[in-house]
Amino acid sequence: MKQSQAYQKDLESIRNLMERSVKFISLSGLSGIMAGIYAIIGASIAYYLLHYPVSPFDYRIYSIDTPAILMQLILVAALVLASSILTGLWLSYRKAKKARVKMWDATSKRLFVNLSIPLITGGIFVLILLGNGHYGIAAPTCLIFYGLALINASPNLYEEIRYLGYMEIALGLVSAAIPGYGLLFWTIGFGLLHIVYGTFMYKRYDS
Amino acid sequence: MKNPFDNLDKLLEHKARLQIISILAANESFDFNSIKELLSLSDGSLATHIKALEREKYISVTKTFVDRKPNTKFKATERGRTAFKKHLDAMEELIRQQKK
Repeated sequence: MKQSQAYQKDLESIRNLMERSVKFISLSGLSGIMAGIYAIIGASIAYYLLHYPVSPFDYRIYSIDTPAILMQLILVAALVLASSILTGLWLSYRKAKKARVKMWDATSKRLFVNLSIPLITGGIFVLILLGNGHYGIAAPTCLIFYGLALINASPNLYEEIRYLGYMEIALGLVSAAIPGYGLLFWTIGFGLLHIVYGTFMYKRYDS
Repeated sequence: MKNPFDNLDKLLEHKARLQIISILAANESFDFNSIKELLSLSDGSLATHIKALEREKYISVTKTFVDRKPNTKFKATERGRTAFKKHLDAMEELIRQQKK
């Protein structure tokens, strides 16, 4: 006959196992902070390409006018995305190695699929918008689809990620309603929110 | 009063089998190698436990091929989930009783 401590231990190990098999815990809050910093650098470059010397808080009615600027903006956005993903992968790899777990397992594959579906849909949609000259709602669309991706992936990540998703969606909708401030909202959503959330997650789970 | 030990599931009293069913209860499905890695079990011992759970119809098995390599996936059946839940409840009940 087993003692109650033995059952307690069994229950604990089950809880731990169920969580570990569902959640990808190697993602570091640092990845969020770094992604936020890249986004702010990218947004500053975009600001100089587009609006300088008009203040970023001023309302403007002009938009992107040459294909060359559009290409430069897409390049900047692609660089921000690529460096965020690479940093995220590298930091996760480090954290997984430290915890002696495999980074690429059934759980992270599921996370990857759950993130990718809304992200790729949104990415293609934004490219279609840009191709048709709807520049004004490209940034809000990025925010909305990113928020949906986070909510979709949150069961495989930390539950709190869901709230970051809600905030990104809300920000995207507000931004869509106030055209002309796309870059500003984009900077808040991808820069500021990432840094704030990353710091919070880092303090909670990494230290 | 009914003895809570009677509610314990004989098959799930074994730790490895309890762990396997808990992974499958938390996930839609899981493949052989991923369970093996998560639990650090040998091929042979995992296969034995899987067979025992399959015989009781606690889990279902689907075999497919990925790049010509066999890929075996497992799912918890409704029967398995019910048994798992009942077993957990019995464990909790026992802990409660022994605390008194």
